[in-house]
Amino acid sequence: MTMPYYASPEQLMRDRSEYARKGISRGRSVAVLTYADGVLFIAENPSSTLHKVGEIYDRIGFAAVGRYSEFESLRVAGVRLADVRGYSYNRRDVTGRVIANAYAQTLGEIFTQQTKPFEVELCVAEVGEVAEGDQLYRLTFDGSVVDEPDFIVMGGQADAVTARLREDFRSGLDLREALMVGVRALSASSPAMSGSSNATANGGGDGLLPASQLEVAVLDRRRPKRAFRRVVGAALGSLLGDRSAGDGTAGEAAGGATHAHTPSAPQPGTPAGLGDPAAPDTAGGTAGSGEGSGPQTGPADGVGGGTDGGTDGGTDGGTEGATSS
Amino acid sequence: MDGLTQSHTGRSGFPPAYLDRVGSSFTDFLGVTAPDLLPGRRPVPQIPVGDLTPHGTTIVAVTYDGGVLMGGDRRATMGNLISSRDIEKVYPADSWSVIGIAGAAGIAIEMVKLYQVELEHYEKIEGLTLSLDGKANRLAQMIRGNLGAALQGLAVVPLFAGYDLDAAPGTTPGRIFSYDVTGGNYEERGYSAVGSGSLFARNSLKKTWRPGLDGDTATRSLVEALYDAADDDSATGGPDPVRRLYPIVYRVDAEGAVRLTDDDVAAVAGTITDERAAAEGQG
Repeated sequence: MTMPYYASPEQLMRDRSEYARKGISRGRSVAVLTYADGVLFIAENPSSTLHKVGEIYDRIGFAAVGRYSEFESLRVAGVRLADVRGYSYNRRDVTGRVIANAYAQTLGEIFTQQTKPFEVELCVAEVGEVAEGDQLYRLTFDGSVVDEPDFIVMGGQADAVTARLREDFRSGLDLREALMVGVRALSASSPAMSGSSNATANGGGDGLLPASQLEVAVLDRRRPKRAFRRVVGAALGSLLGDRSAGDGTAGEAAGGATHAHTPSAPQPGTPAGLGDPAAPDTAGGTAGSGEGSGPQTGPADGVGGGTDGGTDGGTDGGTEGATSS
Repeated sequence: MDGLTQSHTGRSGFPPAYLDRVGSSFTDFLGVTAPDLLPGRRPVPQIPVGDLTPHGTTIVAVTYDGGVLMGGDRRATMGNLISSRDIEKVYPADSWSVIGIAGAAGIAIEMVKLYQVELEHYEKIEGLTLSLDGKANRLAQMIRGNLGAALQGLAVVPLFAGYDLDAAPGTTPGRIFSYDVTGGNYEERGYSAVGSGSLFARNSLKKTWRPGLDGDTATRSLVEALYDAADDDSATGGPDPVRRLYPIVYRVDAEGAVRLTDDDVAAVAGTITDERAAAEGQG
């Protein structure tokens, strides 16, 4: 192929940035907030199997927006790097900074050397022994890495959500408060909540996203080894519960939560031994695992369609199982 | 090694193999990127070296009505020497399973470490845990890779047990798998033992174990089997009240894998020694 026109390097870079930015802003937002006991991930994500938030290592979590197949392969690379490093040195030698650096280098190389940049934005979060030790790294499509305090918002209407969070956020919130602050900020700019008919259909008469539209996880510094834990089902319902008195989805979910004190539930497939034994969905891993879904298109992230066909069939149906308990 | 060195500096991006989506096995991944980190990929010693390395001895596992228990004594031997009095030979493999090892201690502990990462890696990448049979099979493949070294005296023989989350109603959720040096994998009914004292431990369990035991009785029967093994096998250590060293016992039930505290095990071992002492006095 010939190149009939000359394009300056500046122009090329601008075009690529433009392209990546568009792709990212078409999706839905993810917010990552620090709270009293660690780091809270909140993603607007109607899929319960195609995750935007994941575990990298004992104290390190990952959140991403953009094209699913691209950030999924980056997540897997991060898990591999962490495990190889932890295996050949020691578990304590795996830090968020190392993972963030590797992401930054890789994204930077792809941005400058390949025709199509990755349409992703990532957050690598690490929880420390004390709140001052928590780290949030934001990684953008061009490989730049920023260490941010307090919170990070990525994707969708990120600016609007950030503005909203800046008003409400305080450091040292407890889990319930932090979740409410985050969900309120996400709901305010969510396309799913914009139409009035939509809002009522989703059961969020109060204009907030219902549990079924949210993917929530925490890095809880109080947990002994693996700090990462998904908050699903009844536990999520009860955390969101007090916001809406007796209306559809939220009310029902709260009713299912017999353990109101339970802060959150272990990730399905992880044992009760590592979580709160009283949590209702401890054995959630058994409920619907194997419920498979072959190739799927991406979650409503506009750019989808490129979804990795190999996505694990059956990431777990613990969510549904637990909610109906 | 190249890929490994690069990734360790953290100054360079991921090598291409890291971004390849295929595969959720950590061992397979290491085989591609850093094969020298894997046991079983190294040159096999040309002469028998079994006497030069510490060997771990007896491991016992028993099922009970709520799951499964696994215990091991604390001794490692090197020829006629006791090389360690407080070695730990039973480990949690993941949250729902435990692994105990007999044989060449260095290789065995490395293998356990690799196996733990293997299970966790799969869980993180796939978002769900392997089935219990899948875990048992994965371990068999690791043992198979060690056959060459095993023939030179560096055999590793594990015992694997776990709580089967997918167990059919009416069947016992606690399951035990034993292995041979060629990687043969056998599911055991009720109880099993490996290591130099396993013959005596098994004989003891034959008399004390019954299907459907409760947790406390099963714990006692397991500690007693280790006591009997130590009684007749010089390479197995008995309870050591002087140094406060007692067998390591793990329980795996619906709540996950938990290590019994030293005090709990000491109490059980104390009862057994007291009863034996009383029996001697009468005789």
